[in-house]
This record gives sequence, structure tokens and C-alpha cells, in this order.
Amino acid sequence: MAAIRLRTPVSEADARRLSMNDHLFLSGVLITARDMAHQRALQYLREGKPLPFSFENIALFHCGPIVEKKGSEWRVVAAGPTTSSRMELVEPAFIRNFQPRIIIGKGGMGPETAQALREIGGAYCVFTGGAAVLAAKAVKAVRDVAWLDLGMAEALWMLEVKDFGPLVVAIDSEGNNLHARLAALVESRKSKVYKALRL
Amino acid sequence: MDFYEEIEEAGLRLIRKSVIELPSDIREALTKAYRTEKEEDGRLQLKAILDNIKLAERLGVPICQDTGILYFYVRLGKKPLSLVRIGEALAAATRKATVSIPLRSNAVHPFSRKNSGDNTGFGIPIVDWDASEDEYLEITALPKGAGSENRSAFRSLLPSDGIAGVKEFVIDTVIKAGGGPCPPSVVGIGVGGSPDLAMKLSKRALLRPIGLRHQDPEIAKLEEELLAGINATGIGPSGLGGSTTSLGVNAEIAFCHTASLPVGVNIQCWAARKASARIYEDGHVIYM
Repeated sequence: MAAIRLRTPVSEADARRLSMNDHLFLSGVLITARDMAHQRALQYLREGKPLPFSFENIALFHCGPIVEKKGSEWRVVAAGPTTSSRMELVEPAFIRNFQPRIIIGKGGMGPETAQALREIGGAYCVFTGGAAVLAAKAVKAVRDVAWLDLGMAEALWMLEVKDFGPLVVAIDSEGNNLHARLAALVESRKSKVYKALRL
Repeated sequence: MDFYEEIEEAGLRLIRKSVIELPSDIREALTKAYRTEKEEDGRLQLKAILDNIKLAERLGVPICQDTGILYFYVRLGKKPLSLVRIGEALAAATRKATVSIPLRSNAVHPFSRKNSGDNTGFGIPIVDWDASEDEYLEITALPKGAGSENRSAFRSLLPSDGIAGVKEFVIDTVIKAGGGPCPPSVVGIGVGGSPDLAMKLSKRALLRPIGLRHQDPEIAKLEEELLAGINATGIGPSGLGGSTTSLGVNAEIAFCHTASLPVGVNIQCWAARKASARIYEDGHVIYM
């Protein structure tokens, strides 16, 4: 399959052209956010406080990297994706309010996230879990960091990346959900598996 | 160097080795999976995994950013030693490793979520003690990330559920976990003992190389059947579909109460990191 290359800021039109199963390489800006950063971002929203960075039209990366400080420069050592489903409850509100165009994680997300992506015109993509050095290789610079008080893993890291991927589009803006389809497929094979195990 | 300093030094080296280099059984199994995988997405995932393993080793950096919570399996030999001091030495090794490798600082208070910053804290690193009459002390470092660890499961089955019940619980646990624990995984199973022992055995099962079957033929057969069953689900690498969902299934057992059948399942991601060393009485160390 031919891979698609995109650069942030990603327009709504470009994001809507992405289809489930597409392979994607992304260049530009990613910002990491996990459980605690999502919670805090929504708390800021309720309190009317601005976020340290804008997520609009860039990529939100479910990741808690290993980052090392060399002199005054931060360097990303390892930066694979974290399990996206932990963010499922807060992601729809995050997407609607902060408008990230691409979400990168692993393991899949649910129907509420898919609905929010359909509304704003965005996609959820997965990067190979654990392939953290491959991911770090695509990171060209750490542009900025905020909320370091949450710890290295939970902070917001603004990363400049080149050809970050291969990403697989797992939820597209039409609501097609790769993980949901695969889960249904696996479920349909269950009786055959049971039978082979004489259950 | 006194003996406890030897232990600290060995602990540090084992953490470093484990987070950077995968054991050969896992590498070989992943390479074989890539050669045999037919699904395009499955192959793409395995290619990224193999590229990542090589890159981590070449650069001398951790394979995965989730360097986990440190679990040390310590099998004492004949030499009488202070467990308190061994525990302190392994905690010191963990603190040093966090800075020098570096590791991600993952250890937080369960309620306040405050990070200790050095991967130690009340109750961790976890040390699992065992005893032997060997001429050496054996230490294994097994750093384990949360993506797979969070998919651990326990069930108290009825004795009448028998081996069929065990199989069903394992298959259901793997299916429910889907792509979450970063497959292709290794599945550790603990059957018997008590609820806590079954869980402990399911983790200890991960210490055995994959492909090395349990010495009891009945349990060896269970391991093989479950591996075939798990791979027939088609969950595949990263849960994106394919023929390799698990690289191996290892089971350990203990006798249990006549009214009980406890079963623990511990899923290990493809980055099945571990490293062992033997420290002899005269202080010389052999890294396995």
C-alpha cells in the first residue's frame, strides 16, 4: 500500500481524505499528552485558563517519552505510544475543544472518540507499540515542554518530527474503526478456537 | 567490593542489559514470526518491531520508553545472606539505573500519583524470593511495562471447571486484551496454590525461555494447545490482525486446596525483557 505523507498543520480536508487502513508518515509538530495532561487540560478549560500550547491542526500523541537533558537541550531517547483506551473517557471533550487533527496512540479507541473525530474531521492512527527507538529516530527536536510537574511521562512535550511512522489509520473521519472491526472478527472466530481446544 | 556491593553492581548491569537487549529466544521467535506472517499489517508491525530492536541495541538505549516497574527474581543459594541488604542493594541499583541508562521514572504513590522520580518507593522494586542449595545466588531483572501488566487477570475457578475452564479463561483473557498488551505476547499462567500464589506463578512462568516446555507432559501439552488456540484468534501483531498473537505460553503449577482452582494470567508484551546473573560465593559473577 502506498503511504501518504502529511505535514502539520493538517487541514480538515486532508484529514477527511484519510481512510481506515491507510499508511501514513507525518512531519511537523506532535504534542504528547497522557491521562494526567488530559485531565488538567479539561480542568483548565473549565476554569477558563489557556493551555500552554495550541493543539489545533497538529497531532496529539499518546506517549510518555524518556527524555534526557544534555546541557540546556532536551533529547528524546525513546518515545513509543501508550495505550489510548485509558484516555477514552476524556478524549471526545479534548478533541471538540482543542481540535487536534490527528491522534496517535496504540490499541484503538471507542465510538465516542470516533464520533468526535467525525464532527471535527480528524483521524486516529496507531504506531507500533514498543517501537520507541524507531519513534525517537523520527523526532528531530524537542521544541518545548510544559507541565513537567506531572513527571516526565505525563508532561506535554512538543516534538518536531520528520516522517513519523509508519502509522496506520485506525479511525477515519467517516467513523470506520479498525480495532472495532478486528475485535468483531476475533469474536466470530472464538467458537472455532474453543472447539479446537475441546471446550 | 563486599558481597552486597557485588549484588548492587550486578543489579545495575542486569537492568541495563535487560532494557536494551532482548533475550535470543524472543528475537528468534519475532524473526520467525516476520518470515511466516501473511497479513500485510501484521508484517508491517513485525518489521517495525525488528527494526526497533536492532536500533536500540546499536544506540545502546532502551527498546521501549516504558521501562516499567522493576521486578527482581532472587534465588538464594547456600551462602547465608541478609535479605534486607539484598533488597537495599537492588533498590540502589534501580536508582542508579534510572539516571545512568536512563529509565523513565514510573513509580508513583497509588493515590496521590506523586512520582518518586527514581523508580523506587514503598514496596518497590518488587523482589520475589526463592531458595536453593546452589553454590551461587541467582538474580533476574525483569522490567515490565504497564500496557501488558494491566491486562493481568485472576479467576477463582470451580474444581469441576477443570483444565477446560483454565483454557477458556486464558483464551478469554487474551481476546479481551486484544492489541493492548503489544502482541505478539508471551503468556504466563499460574494454576493452583492460592490466589496470590497463582498470580506470582503466572509471572514466574515468564522467566522460562519460550520453546522450553514444562517438564510435566500434561502441562507441556496445555502450553502447546493454548499457544495454537491463541494464535488461531487472529489478533495478530499490535492487534492489527495476523497469525502471530503470542510467541509462547508458559505455565507453572502448585498444589491447591481441594475446594479451589485459582488461575492467574500474566501477559508479557513482545519486548519480553529480562537478564540473569549468578553470583558465586567468592564474588565472581557470570552473566547468563
